[in-house]
Amino acid sequence: MTKLQNFSKGLIKENPVLVLVLGTCPTLATSTNVMSALGMGAATTAVLLCSNIVISALRKIIPDKVRIPCFIVLIAGFVTMVQMLVKAFAPVLDQALGIYLPLIVVNCIILGRAEMFAQKNSVIDSAIDGLGMGAGFTLTLVMMGTIREVFGSGTWLGFPIPVLADNNISIMTMAPGGFFVFGLLIAIVNKLSGDKPKKKEFGCAGCPSAELCGKLNKEEVKADD
Amino acid sequence: MTNLIIILFSAIFINNYILSRFLGICPFLGVSKKLNSAVGMSLAVIFVMLIATAVTWPIQMFLLNPQNLGYLQTIVFILVIAALVQLVEITLKRYIPSLYKSLGVYLPLITTNCAILGVTILNIDEGYTFVEAMVNSLGSGLGFMLAMVMFSGVRSKLEGADIPKSFKGLPITLIAASITSLSFMGFGGVIENLFK
Repeated sequence: MTKLQNFSKGLIKENPVLVLVLGTCPTLATSTNVMSALGMGAATTAVLLCSNIVISALRKIIPDKVRIPCFIVLIAGFVTMVQMLVKAFAPVLDQALGIYLPLIVVNCIILGRAEMFAQKNSVIDSAIDGLGMGAGFTLTLVMMGTIREVFGSGTWLGFPIPVLADNNISIMTMAPGGFFVFGLLIAIVNKLSGDKPKKKEFGCAGCPSAELCGKLNKEEVKADD
Repeated sequence: MTNLIIILFSAIFINNYILSRFLGICPFLGVSKKLNSAVGMSLAVIFVMLIATAVTWPIQMFLLNPQNLGYLQTIVFILVIAALVQLVEITLKRYIPSLYKSLGVYLPLITTNCAILGVTILNIDEGYTFVEAMVNSLGSGLGFMLAMVMFSGVRSKLEGADIPKSFKGLPITLIAASITSLSFMGFGGVIENLFK
């Protein structure tokens, strides 16, 4: 895989939000407008880039059995740094993101990339992967933020749009609109990728607890028989 | 007392963790297929939310704040919660096997759940007292359960529906979640006015 492919896979083919379905919580919560979507995307990308680089550099030192706690501590450290930087230099953004800024620590994209990519690949590859995935996440967030802000408040990045500003559908910026737009976007991606029958209904691939969750669903199937 | 009731009911209905705050979407989409697992998961979440708050609130108030270490909140909370869940799991297994049997499988799943970390951080941010924080955690957990149980009903209806090909699976689930959350918006403002 070339460096360029490694970067661009995060944008479309393995888009973390729409294809891998990771990090749904921040996606739904912070895409109410373009500004907070951009802020969340940038913050997550920064954490993802740093954590991927450090985890990849330490991949031979971290014992396999305690790798998840180690990853979480590293990630939490970077999240705290980003949190302090945002608080100091962009207090407005801090207000807009609120609780979701510290919650980047439990964003499955970051732990998922550490598990799936960074602990198996070189530092440079991991850095490129982190940038690509971060860019894919930001792109999707901004796309959703655009749809929700344009229809919901009739503005884009704060600039009013002629007709829509007087006829806004405010439900789009609220919780139901988030679920609705997200559902539609995934349906469009399904349509574009040719309606291939998907094996998994919910993309848990990158979630560190995927194995358990899968086992749980399997056990139930057995119990039903 | 009225204050506590307002906190409890607004945590359940108005600021519902899943449907209006978007915390804990993973278990909401992943484990809500069957009623049994939805109930089991929610019980485990309520349980862990309560003990996590009971442990993290004193840590923040009596350890981090007096030492001016407030900025360590995120890193300390996530570690404490992870260790706590492991500890609870081991204790339950040894002393209360019956409870372990029904909740045990769900416990490791919620260590890295944003709903748990979210409730502990929000309790601090809102400036709740210890009792208020516990009530808020209980309400958040109950709200989580309400949404999970309701939604598992919606999903069992969806199984038999004729859905367009592109919408099969996750998209239709999200649209159904959108309509469920729409119904919760009807509670807005009700609670405050009830206890005026």
